[in-house]
Amino acid sequence: MAPTSKSSRWLSWGYLLGVLVVLYLPIAVLVINSFNASKYGNHWAGFTWKWYEKLFANEGLMQAAGHSVLIAVTSATLATIIGTLAAVALHRYQFKGKAVLSSMVFVSMLTPEIVLAIALLIVFIVLGVQLGFWSLLIAHVTFCLPFVIVAVYSRLKGFDMKMLEAARDLGATEGKIFLKIILPLALPAVASGWLLSFTLSLDDVIVSAFVTGPSYEILPLKIYSMVKVGVSPEVNAISTTLLVVSLVLVIISQLLLREEK
Amino acid sequence: MPQLNQFRFWAIGLASVWLTCFVFMPNLLVVFTSFLTRDPVATVALPATAENYVRTLDVLYLQVLWDSLRMSLQAMLVCLVIGYPFAMCIAKLPKKWQPIALFLVILPFWTNSLVRVYALQFLLGNEGLFNNILVGVGLVKEPVQMLYTEFAVIVGLSYILLPFMVLPLFSAIEKLDLRLHQAAQDLGAGAWSRFWHITVPLTSPGIIAGCLMVLLPAMGMFFVSDLLGGAKNLLLGNVIKTQFLVTRDWPFGSALSVLLIVLLGFMLWLYYRAASFVNKQGGINGSDF
Amino acid sequence: MTEARPLLILTGLSKTYGSNVVLNKFDLTIYDGEFFTLLGPSGCGKTTVLRMIAGLETADVGEIRLAGEEISQLPAEQRPVNTVFQSYALFPHMSVFDNVAFGLKMSGVAKNEIAPRVTEALEMVRLGDFANRKPAQLSGGQQQRVAIARAVVNRPKLLLLDESLSALDYKLRQQMQLELKRLQRKLGITFVYVTHDQEEALSMSDRVVVMNKGMVQQLGTPREIYENPANLFVAKFIGEINQLAGEIVAVDGNKEYEVKVEGLQWTLHADHNFKVGDKVNVLLRPEDVRVEYRDDPHLTQVLMGTVIERNYKGKTLDSIIRLPSGVELMASEFFDEDDPSFDYSLNQTVAVKWVPGWEVVMPYEAP
Repeated sequence: MAPTSKSSRWLSWGYLLGVLVVLYLPIAVLVINSFNASKYGNHWAGFTWKWYEKLFANEGLMQAAGHSVLIAVTSATLATIIGTLAAVALHRYQFKGKAVLSSMVFVSMLTPEIVLAIALLIVFIVLGVQLGFWSLLIAHVTFCLPFVIVAVYSRLKGFDMKMLEAARDLGATEGKIFLKIILPLALPAVASGWLLSFTLSLDDVIVSAFVTGPSYEILPLKIYSMVKVGVSPEVNAISTTLLVVSLVLVIISQLLLREEK
Repeated sequence: MPQLNQFRFWAIGLASVWLTCFVFMPNLLVVFTSFLTRDPVATVALPATAENYVRTLDVLYLQVLWDSLRMSLQAMLVCLVIGYPFAMCIAKLPKKWQPIALFLVILPFWTNSLVRVYALQFLLGNEGLFNNILVGVGLVKEPVQMLYTEFAVIVGLSYILLPFMVLPLFSAIEKLDLRLHQAAQDLGAGAWSRFWHITVPLTSPGIIAGCLMVLLPAMGMFFVSDLLGGAKNLLLGNVIKTQFLVTRDWPFGSALSVLLIVLLGFMLWLYYRAASFVNKQGGINGSDF
Repeated sequence: MTEARPLLILTGLSKTYGSNVVLNKFDLTIYDGEFFTLLGPSGCGKTTVLRMIAGLETADVGEIRLAGEEISQLPAEQRPVNTVFQSYALFPHMSVFDNVAFGLKMSGVAKNEIAPRVTEALEMVRLGDFANRKPAQLSGGQQQRVAIARAVVNRPKLLLLDESLSALDYKLRQQMQLELKRLQRKLGITFVYVTHDQEEALSMSDRVVVMNKGMVQQLGTPREIYENPANLFVAKFIGEINQLAGEIVAVDGNKEYEVKVEGLQWTLHADHNFKVGDKVNVLLRPEDVRVEYRDDPHLTQVLMGTVIERNYKGKTLDSIIRLPSGVELMASEFFDEDDPSFDYSLNQTVAVKWVPGWEVVMPYEAP
């Protein structure tokens, strides 16, 4: 290949940076405005913590945030347990219906959220699950599950299977092999799966909008109803908080995966 | 016969039961519901009917469907046009920079998309950053109405979904064999010919995968049109949401969703055809995440 | 070669990557219609030369003239030159037919002319029935032939072949060598072939250039290079060679010298000018070495040694003989089961000699 010329390399870097700037520009503007004393955010009126103070004084928002964190922690934990076991099963075992299981994982990853949302709504009504905490929990576990399975599975793919045969040869049961060998080795991917599930759950709007009930408010939906009304400085503050939490968690999860590469 | 052991039983069983109950069965129920009749008391009831599908051809709904599809397709094209050179630029980066560039693209995906759409309002509003710049530079005298237009919806969808286009494209472009380009060049193909005859066909699985991963979610993102499009520019997601949560016409809402599933099936079929056409797999296999 | 009309003239080509000199003031003239080979170990710069001719790489300085026209600034797609790549680089998404037609389409050949030319090219490489297959459905040898057809169908002035046979197994490679040679004669196109395989280079080429570290070591016909290597590198690279250290003890004039080798004095011919006291290397091909019984009464001027290894190779019997000085000589003799002198065994003491005049004497270089 003829070496790329200097000008084309600059063009390439410029384009990359340009697109990235556009991707992050709205986020930056939002964060800045959350500290802007001006209520409508169209000019800079000085730095303030005012909106954050108002935010923490808003009981409705705080309660919704508490609900969201509870749902996120429980659904991430459940999805991680089920997903890790499923990834190990897909990786280690040959069984009837393995192809069906892996294609269900695949399909649930590609299904548009809106379809999953109404599908779950119908099932909850048919099964008589009350819309609220439990329906949200089940729904969130469902859309987090494929992400955990894929994350753990792709880590397991890098292992030498001979090691597990050696363990069995030394008398370890399947359960022991899982706890003593597979889990410690897959731990970064498991932890990263949990963190990603947590953020997915915390950020979900589409599925939650369908399967939540009036009695159980969660943060993204609360924000949704607030922003539909228009720009409000408190929303800037809560949105910024949510963004920062997600960013930190995702960066930690990526660092976890990278560490041992 | 291997002894049935407990660990294996739970490992396979839990996920299988979960996915069957909450993915497989629900999707079947959607299809089933789409053939039922609306009932004011029980929400849905027999008799079975194809009426709901016939209604999608109603001029009123056809217009909404077409508008929704058009906006989503436009967003998909915007993502493709921006994402393809972007993925090529990443592929050209030195190896150690590639994961960083990819990470920066995916990062917003993990943040709340609702919040990011809300953030766009700051830029697109009449007193927003873009209009301030346009007026400031003197390109326009009056602020241009951007918010609550079709344009804003397309911008919002493209903005949210760009990472889904870049990832499969990158993994397809990265797999390109540079020697094929040299061979084409040796046989007299100029830069454009090489792009059209070699790069595009060989990355077609990535292109289709990217389009699939942008188009389908784009049709469902009701909050994008709510926040940026106003009442006129509806996406399929808005219509489905209204049918389920407002007018409570579940059979019709289900029928609309089935259309989405059919579209998904069609695009998957296209993808596998393209993948076998270039003799290799690539693009959507989840490992991109 | 029927006529010696220069087709390609390379002048002063140099290329460095950082501190690594890939090509150093490289000059070369290739004549119209010849089968020319660039031979050398990997990293010697031979592939770089080929890629510069093709336009896939650019030289830091230097000129490339093809049929009198300076082309070094022309992009690859505009050069009347085609390449058969090492990996074949067939387009996986196109049929065999479309692969071969690609170059013609690119150069805007009329549609009705493309099909007959592609068919003709495919028939020439005996793949007429495979036009609709995909490359993945072909064997390695067949892919190789498609790559050749894809290049020659454009009627290039020069066909470049980059280690084109190296991916094939031994037998197929032999067969393809013959086919390439036949094709070259039939088409009359100048072939420039790159290889690290000296056997291949010797058997196919009209002329060979041996390269090392970006420089020409020797240019000549296969025979000149094999029988009269210009230096130790060439001698060693082209087949096995024995190396005996010697010293000039007298100059007989007319390039005849008295040389002391392994304690004996020999009258040897050399192309170099030496003076008394110069250290030299005496080089001998293994097949020029004769091994005989020590008790042969006619032997006078012989080296004595011990057989330390004997390998039956079918056509030949290869031995290694250790001389008293510790030097080990390789000998390769045609096997003759009726000759009793072949019956020597391991550890036996034997006499070693060679056909006078088949040795090469050159200035001493450390082995």
